[in-house]
Amino acid sequence: MGKTLMGLAAGAAVLALGAGAAVAQEKMKVGFVYVGPISDHGYSYQHDQGRLAVEKELGDKVTTTFVENVPEGADAERVIEQLASSGHKLIFTTSFGFMNPTLKVAQRHPDVKFEHATGYKRAANVATYSARFYEGRTILGLIAGKMTKSNVIGYIGSFPIPEVVSGINAFTLALREVNPKAEVRVVWVNSWYDPGKEAEAAKALIDQGADVISLHTDSPAAIQVAQERGLWAFGQSSDMTRFGPKAHLTAIVDDWNTYYVDRVKAAMDGTWKAVDTWGGFKDKMLFLAPYNPAIPQDVVALAEKARTDIMEGKRHSFQGPVKDQSGKVVIPEGKSATDEQILKMDWYVEGVQGKVPK
Amino acid sequence: MSLLRLEPRGQASRVMVYLTPVIAVALTLVSGFLLFWAMGFDPVKALHAFFIAPLMSVRGLGELAVKATPLVLCAVGLAIGFRANVWNIGAEGQLTLGAITGGGLALAFYGDGGWWLLPLMIVAGMAGGALWAAIPAFLRTRFNASEILTSLMLTYVALLLLNYMTHGPYRDPEGFAFPESRLFEADAVMPILIQGTRVHLGSLFALLAVAGGWVLIARTFIGFQIKVIGLTPAAAGYAGFNEKKIIWLTLLLSGALAGLAGLGEVAGPIGQITPTVSPGYGFTAIIVAFLGRLHPVGILLAGFLMALSFIGGEAAQIGLGLPKAITGVFQGMLLFFLLATDVLIRYRVRFGAQKKAAGKVMA
Amino acid sequence: MSAELALLGPILAAMLAAATPLLFAALGELVVEKSGVLNLGVEGMMLVGAVCGFAVTVKTGSSTAGFAMGAAAGAAMAGLFAVLTLLLLANQVATGLALTLFGVGLSALIGQGFVGIPIPDVPELYIPGLTDIPVIGKALFGQDALVYLALAMVPAVHWFMYGTRKGLVLRAVGENHAAAHALGYKVIRIRFLAVLFGGAMSGMAGAYLSLDYTPMWAEGITAGRGWIALALVVFATWKPARVLLGAWLFGGVTIAQLHVQGLGIDIPSQVLSMLPYLATVLVLVLISRDIARIRLNAPASLGKVFHPDA
Repeated sequence: MGKTLMGLAAGAAVLALGAGAAVAQEKMKVGFVYVGPISDHGYSYQHDQGRLAVEKELGDKVTTTFVENVPEGADAERVIEQLASSGHKLIFTTSFGFMNPTLKVAQRHPDVKFEHATGYKRAANVATYSARFYEGRTILGLIAGKMTKSNVIGYIGSFPIPEVVSGINAFTLALREVNPKAEVRVVWVNSWYDPGKEAEAAKALIDQGADVISLHTDSPAAIQVAQERGLWAFGQSSDMTRFGPKAHLTAIVDDWNTYYVDRVKAAMDGTWKAVDTWGGFKDKMLFLAPYNPAIPQDVVALAEKARTDIMEGKRHSFQGPVKDQSGKVVIPEGKSATDEQILKMDWYVEGVQGKVPK
Repeated sequence: MSLLRLEPRGQASRVMVYLTPVIAVALTLVSGFLLFWAMGFDPVKALHAFFIAPLMSVRGLGELAVKATPLVLCAVGLAIGFRANVWNIGAEGQLTLGAITGGGLALAFYGDGGWWLLPLMIVAGMAGGALWAAIPAFLRTRFNASEILTSLMLTYVALLLLNYMTHGPYRDPEGFAFPESRLFEADAVMPILIQGTRVHLGSLFALLAVAGGWVLIARTFIGFQIKVIGLTPAAAGYAGFNEKKIIWLTLLLSGALAGLAGLGEVAGPIGQITPTVSPGYGFTAIIVAFLGRLHPVGILLAGFLMALSFIGGEAAQIGLGLPKAITGVFQGMLLFFLLATDVLIRYRVRFGAQKKAAGKVMA
Repeated sequence: MSAELALLGPILAAMLAAATPLLFAALGELVVEKSGVLNLGVEGMMLVGAVCGFAVTVKTGSSTAGFAMGAAAGAAMAGLFAVLTLLLLANQVATGLALTLFGVGLSALIGQGFVGIPIPDVPELYIPGLTDIPVIGKALFGQDALVYLALAMVPAVHWFMYGTRKGLVLRAVGENHAAAHALGYKVIRIRFLAVLFGGAMSGMAGAYLSLDYTPMWAEGITAGRGWIALALVVFATWKPARVLLGAWLFGGVTIAQLHVQGLGIDIPSQVLSMLPYLATVLVLVLISRDIARIRLNAPASLGKVFHPDA
């Protein structure tokens, strides 16, 4: 029995090695690790769209592999390790919780290149990338400020991480720029994806007077609620218009297609470097879904002007003076927030109700 | 009425005890073959990825041990309780508390640890898990509140508590406000037992738990009491066994083992405290406990089989692009076959109609 | 203060809706457990009910057909459980958990083609006059039809259990299957039917979520509600009216904590999110203190294997 197993093992190893070598010469293997199911139609779905774009663009020069629903615990390291040791030469790990597992595996595989989304730790073979989602929030804030009648905006948060908090702040600053009387109420659902809970949160906010709902969770449930109540909402991660055509004002759409294609190409022609990429509108990492026809023309013009200004560097989402809730000036006049300030953001600006949960 | 019927054996079949898992695996292979084929995948490759590929390397076997460790630790404790009809289904929460209390020490003594830190963390992890299980024990013995409900509800509370801690007190001060603790220092991490793998000290504890669980059940008076209470509660009452004591004991024990499992995760393969410590080990362990027929050695085997099906599912996803959903369906089938074939141990399959009279008399 | 008071109606309305899936699933499981069977596969049955109901609604455009399909799919899953546990005598706890694992995978597989598709919303009830009553009108007389169906199931199940002969037999089977068998009752058939009913109710709970509460299909859309429903049966000490109390308590606290957050009260959101679970435990402790009553209500044969010749 033992001998047979050993023989089998040796045979399998030889086969695997032979196959690996043959493939490596022609095709580059690229791996993707997702935290959710590719069918979430939100975060992981958009990353998978990027993978498909790589396949489409580079055709038979690459083969791609993905692993979905990978928990952010002890399992992540094994999945990444399996990808690295099965001939994948470039591996994208697409959630923050994969940061340390990615670095551990990268240390053992210096010949494999890694890309970790939304993290801050890099190495010789580990690059990081993320999108400046807050730029999109600025545009949403401007639109919300013009569309609200009740001057109460409901904001559904997932977890109080800097990406979400900076989004709330960018939104609120733009909101109050066009409508100083408006305020933002935040409800945390402590989940990225729980349609029922998100719908309940939307109802609660609307019942408290909100007439525009903004969300940083992944399901379209809140948009359905807004549609039912005849109010407004913004989509998240992908265009959610079909879930509430009347209510859906616009959405921040993540777009990894360009980035993934560029990075795979760079890895192929040897120009890949372990850098940090934090791209916004300008870098085509985020888009806005089509504006709702119900938005007045002058508001669309205002939004588009802001978007162009951001792309051209004429406008920053955190342009001083920015005051926190206590009225203290955190970002002085004439300055804008540094990247580090945005990345570490754990305080609310003036105009947000409640405190950041810590 | 039916052509097939079950006839009780006078005694459990020794042969079938070992044969049924083989039958179940054979049935799983056949139906898995059909499932993968129907879904348009190469069934031989898929089955190879599931059951053979993960066993083909030292690293693969090591990963199996890493994955089985928390399952076995939790399941051994749960099984002892289940034998006494104590339904702790909140191992997931107790595991989480172990990570919070034991892992918290690693952070509290960050920078000034020593050889003593890890042993202290292990004790604290077990204490945390036991403490969380003590709440259902107290509420059951004092207020008669069902431990099924309380232990389950406390699981959600524990998960939210972990979430709160990682967003607040435990947050890495240099971590850009992300909800993760610092990486534990070397003296707060479980030593690796086999180089080149992630097999850590926790796996040894799991083996000890299996051995200890077996001794407790088979060789001690407490174990005898547990069995009697589980099988005939009335008899236990006449014999003067203290049911409350057994409730406390089994809950504290299973809580401590689950807490140890949680600590083993944060001080082992994860190496820090994160908002997600366990992908549901505490719940899966309930299946493992019954799959192992509530016997510590059976649990060890069942833990490995369960771990294999998870890791095999990943391998099939990576190697063949088999969707995760199919893995879940396949896992379910495997479990159904294992559970259903158990019947052959105590019953014979007979063909033809039942002799009515005989059945009546026996009933 | 009047602003807070005005919130009472909406909170009530949201609470009734939030309690609906819990009510369906818990009432179904209650009947199953009263017959002496413990099926922990509620979450899995709900998921399969949700996806099958959704798929049929997408294909036919009829949410009634979808809802019926949800019930049928839940019952089919329960049938699988019944074959394994009642005919093949497999362990009920483990089989139920395996059923959930299976249901999670199966629903994801079936649902692959149905993600991101919108369906028309189920219309809400509107009774002129009644629905317009301030504060409570919308809550009591302006909900989806399914909310009322779930409420109607409470007295219906109670009447069946305690007011009919069949209910009496079902309870007898759950109390002492050997005695019931000796009296000539078909224990396995009765339990099989009870399990199927429980599955259909779980399927309806799932379909309510995917067709009505949040009309969409997403993997894991039930988000643990099946587990809460299981807990509520224990909470209710196997009494239908108490299931209603439990579902309202859990749903009500869930909604209330979201409102507290919206008002900007300075308590960490995680702590507020713990409240529904803690409240359920607390109330259980308060109502469990009478030991004798609970012993009388818990089905004595719950979870035990039955074989006519054993």
